[in-house]
Amino acid sequence: MTRRFLPLLTTTGVFVAGYLLCMAEFHNFATARVACNLLTDNAYLGITAVGMTFVILSGGIDLSVGSVIAFTTVFLAIAIGPLRIPPLMAFLIALAIGAAFGAAMGAVIHALGIPPFIVTLAGMFLARGASFLLSTESVPITHPLYAMLNDLSLPISGGRLGLIAIVMLLVFLAGGILAHRTRFGANVFALGGNPASARLMGVPVGRTLILIYMLSGGLAALSGIVFSLYTSAGYSLAATGTELDAIAAVVIGGVLLTGGYGYVFGSFVGILIQGLIQTFITFDGTLSSWWTKIAVGALLFSFIGVQRLFQVFWSGSGDVDTA
Amino acid sequence: MMRCKFIGIMALALVAATGSARAADRLVVGFSQIGSESGWRAAETKVAKMEAEKRGIELKISDAQQKEENQIKAVRSFIAQGVDAIFIAPVVATGWEAVLKEAKDAKIPVILLDRGIDVKDEGLYLTVVRSDAVYEGQVAGEWLAKAATGACNIVELQGTVGASVAIDRKKGFEKIVSETPRLKIVRTQSGDFTRAKGKEVMESFIKAENGGKTICAMYAHNDDMAIGGIQAIKAAGLKPGKDILVVSIDGVPDIFKAMADGEANASVELTPDMAGPAFDALLAFKANGTVPPKWIKTTTRLYQPDTAKAEYERRKDLY
Repeated sequence: MTRRFLPLLTTTGVFVAGYLLCMAEFHNFATARVACNLLTDNAYLGITAVGMTFVILSGGIDLSVGSVIAFTTVFLAIAIGPLRIPPLMAFLIALAIGAAFGAAMGAVIHALGIPPFIVTLAGMFLARGASFLLSTESVPITHPLYAMLNDLSLPISGGRLGLIAIVMLLVFLAGGILAHRTRFGANVFALGGNPASARLMGVPVGRTLILIYMLSGGLAALSGIVFSLYTSAGYSLAATGTELDAIAAVVIGGVLLTGGYGYVFGSFVGILIQGLIQTFITFDGTLSSWWTKIAVGALLFSFIGVQRLFQVFWSGSGDVDTA
Repeated sequence: MMRCKFIGIMALALVAATGSARAADRLVVGFSQIGSESGWRAAETKVAKMEAEKRGIELKISDAQQKEENQIKAVRSFIAQGVDAIFIAPVVATGWEAVLKEAKDAKIPVILLDRGIDVKDEGLYLTVVRSDAVYEGQVAGEWLAKAATGACNIVELQGTVGASVAIDRKKGFEKIVSETPRLKIVRTQSGDFTRAKGKEVMESFIKAENGGKTICAMYAHNDDMAIGGIQAIKAAGLKPGKDILVVSIDGVPDIFKAMADGEANASVELTPDMAGPAFDALLAFKANGTVPPKWIKTTTRLYQPDTAKAEYERRKDLY
């Protein structure tokens, strides 16, 4: 049992140690405000990371999510602004577009047997291009509902847990249940562990694949909604590289890049670690922000190394990792 | 568990040790910078650091890597740190309402550097420090009106189409030209603010204007295009700075080099010192509540070849 949890424990340990280190370094770090900010500022990344967790658990990859976020923000800005569609309606349409886009990619991956990397790379260009088609400039969203939703928050001793942070926490919770407690989740793990044996076990491969990418696309659209709330604007250059941050979070969180092993909770810790590094750098104020990338890169390397070691040590020990 | 506890205790001990050592009376300013995409931007950051040091202010700089989400994160993090003021060089004009409201609730004054933003409530920020691009164009025009004695055909290299800086620099220059009947803009086209495009456009101007013989002056919306234009003039066998007068805006090191070599005649400086006036306004605001004007215009200065060598030496490490 402990063995299975070891990568997750390592990640969590790194996060806790990092947080304590920051608290030691900066006298005003140990506040509820910083903790709430960590959740609110990384809400869009977290929601995307949940979708990415499913994709990576199944042994795939989804490079299109950053572009889908950008597309969603621009779409919302135009739908709510010039087109005068009510925001909630626009949210639903955006979610439907994201999910349909993801499902289409899943279908292509399954039907044509093209690697997910290629299909979602094409999806990335498509979605980014489409958002430029809608508008090349940053479009502000001034609907009163946006101001209202932005004001909604849970006050926690001096800090404010914003609505978008709460949405992210709920998505993580739902994602955890879906991955670890349902038939669909078991199918995802089986698919990532070994597609051939999954098929033999009677896992509906095609349907599961389509559902996985649909989930990822839908969550990317939700993340886009959250992002548009966060910036009150739609911008076609928004969230560039978010797909890579999400992949990094998932891998740092202990999910095996080849699929079949990992926890949704790990991805949560993964985004918190990235957020923590960023916060550390702003608190310090003298380091270049690019150190975030360097630190994340170093972490990724070491985590992949650790994973590989675990695999080598445990192979043949009979402890099958299907969670 | 034991180890966690141990780390926790160690951390707490460290907090106690470092927390008290921090000086509380120094003013702390958080500066969310766009990035370091150009030499000018890098110079702005460097000057901000120098100006902060001069005034004994602790400056925390966060480079947003051209991403608005990073800027918002940085500003929120500055608020959480409880800094005394926040400077923002905004990457885009939209989307600042929520985070600026948060700063206002925390009673932290915000000063914008170099660019304005679109917000309904101007009370969300204290002031914006930026140059007056119309005036920059005007200064360039005034210099030319004096330098060119007789009738003068001018070619103009515009900045990126639609960019507000390009529109304003054109407007200011045109104002002087329309007031001076001797001056006439014969050709004008966009060179996209780049050297390569500046050279290309100037080449076509020279071809169109009788091998450049009928051109008396070249006005470029930025120095980079002027440097490209100078190359085109030289390639056509003419002498830049003599056969064709060269005036441009920005004041980057390379144009001072060109002036020292006699290939350019004047450059209107867009000062990278945006933080200095912002610090002064902030200090006055903190000391006795003096509310600065909503727009603090930075000083616009014209530089000519006489000081070019010294100015080049002064700037080459800054950019």
